[in-house]
Amino acid sequence: MKVLKTGAAVATAVVLALTATACGGGSKDTASDAGASGGSKSDKIVIGIKFDQPGLGLKTPDGKFEGFDVDVATYVAKELGYQPDQIEWKQAISAERENLISNGDVKFIAATYSINDKRKAKVDFAGPYFLAHQDLLVRADDSSITKVEDLNKKKLCSVTGSTSAQNIKKDLAKDADLLEQGGYSECLTALENKSVDALTTDNSILAGYAAQEKNKGKFKLVGLSMSNENYGIGLKKGDKDLQTKINAALKKMVADGSWEAAIKKNLGPAGYKNEPAPQITEGS
Amino acid sequence: MFDFLDSGQYDLLGAFWVTVQLTLYSAVGSLIWGTVLAGMRVSPVPLMRAFGTAYVNLVRNTPLTLLIIGSSLGLSQTLGINLGGETFKETGFRLAVLALTAYTGTFVCEALRSGINTVPVGQAEAARALGLSFFQVLTLIVLPQAFRAVIAPLANVLIALTKNTTVAAAIGVAEAALLMKEMIENEADALFAVFGIFALGFCLLTLPTGLLLGWVAKRVAVKR
Repeated sequence: MKVLKTGAAVATAVVLALTATACGGGSKDTASDAGASGGSKSDKIVIGIKFDQPGLGLKTPDGKFEGFDVDVATYVAKELGYQPDQIEWKQAISAERENLISNGDVKFIAATYSINDKRKAKVDFAGPYFLAHQDLLVRADDSSITKVEDLNKKKLCSVTGSTSAQNIKKDLAKDADLLEQGGYSECLTALENKSVDALTTDNSILAGYAAQEKNKGKFKLVGLSMSNENYGIGLKKGDKDLQTKINAALKKMVADGSWEAAIKKNLGPAGYKNEPAPQITEGS
Repeated sequence: MFDFLDSGQYDLLGAFWVTVQLTLYSAVGSLIWGTVLAGMRVSPVPLMRAFGTAYVNLVRNTPLTLLIIGSSLGLSQTLGINLGGETFKETGFRLAVLALTAYTGTFVCEALRSGINTVPVGQAEAARALGLSFFQVLTLIVLPQAFRAVIAPLANVLIALTKNTTVAAAIGVAEAALLMKEMIENEADALFAVFGIFALGFCLLTLPTGLLLGWVAKRVAVKR
């Protein structure tokens, strides 16, 4: 056990060091490291996830990883022949996802990664494995928002530069007073102390926050479907073999019920009604 | 590679204009506040000296991100102080100017204090001998000479301020860095082109500032 813990600590340190180098732009040694881990089955597999999204991809204070994306990635890795202890988790910040993949720093990325054409120009996707919609999170006792038009008189919060924030500014509710914050936690604080009326982003992310132990009973989802976000698994462009294998793994995961169970486990506590598993559209 | 600029989807000039506005308002504010602080730090009143020293050392060593997010979370959202702003957009801009001024003022103060040290003691002594008060000595004799000595360091502070305005994106001020985040979110296939555009934009803002103020510094320097 002790050995395992030390190993985990070392792995974390390595991941941190690699992230730091990747930021500096010099990715020489990171690339060679990932190259070594992409080889035979006895090696490790490097998977990119979010470290800061409860319910989807979260690094807990004691160094474990949990969430729906983590469960999906673990399942896919198992189908590819890697045991959970052979997985090395790597933080995939939204802006860095394409480069992590094309540099070979990660094998694949499962991190609330919506499939779109601009991204497909740089990477390939497997899946989708999840259909999310842009939605609103409000205080549990607030029932003043029932449709999108109501937003024009409301104060909203979202994350700086995110697709959800842009949708609000450009299409959905141009007159809404939008507060853009660095992260969803700041938005939650603002929502809790009533300086904003609603927090908007993908309903999966919102459900993840609402399902957190410390937030239980405080917030609720409104249930508007303001956009369709198909989450896919990002992988290196042109790697048809891996794409086919991941698609097969995803199909199997839905068929044997682990997909449904993973959603119930991670997002269920928020009273979140998920869509049925989406049809695989990429690559097949 | 740069075809996304033609889509009309991004208001690049508008975003940089907000950056310029942030810089100008904060520059004026921090010049005034920095001068007041410098006056305090060299004043004969111990209490004012103590306040000046404490303020400069505290604020100068606090990360700017902390100050800006603190002003948003603490002042605006918790205490409800919105500086007269109606919407988050207005409030955010004003809070950002406030935080940038509070922060940059300390650097202006220290630059100015080093300028004051270049003024020969005899100047102040002669002024005192003429019967001028401390305030008169400072504003009529010492500061005018001090300012002329520190134009070049102040240019550095101004350039740093221009770049520091990007931190305001953290509280949702729609300046260049915020637009860059939007573009990175949407234009995954042209990541480095986006970075390049914004790097170039900031060079266009800061290089002329440095050149111009460098030239001014040479022209007005007190020859001793």
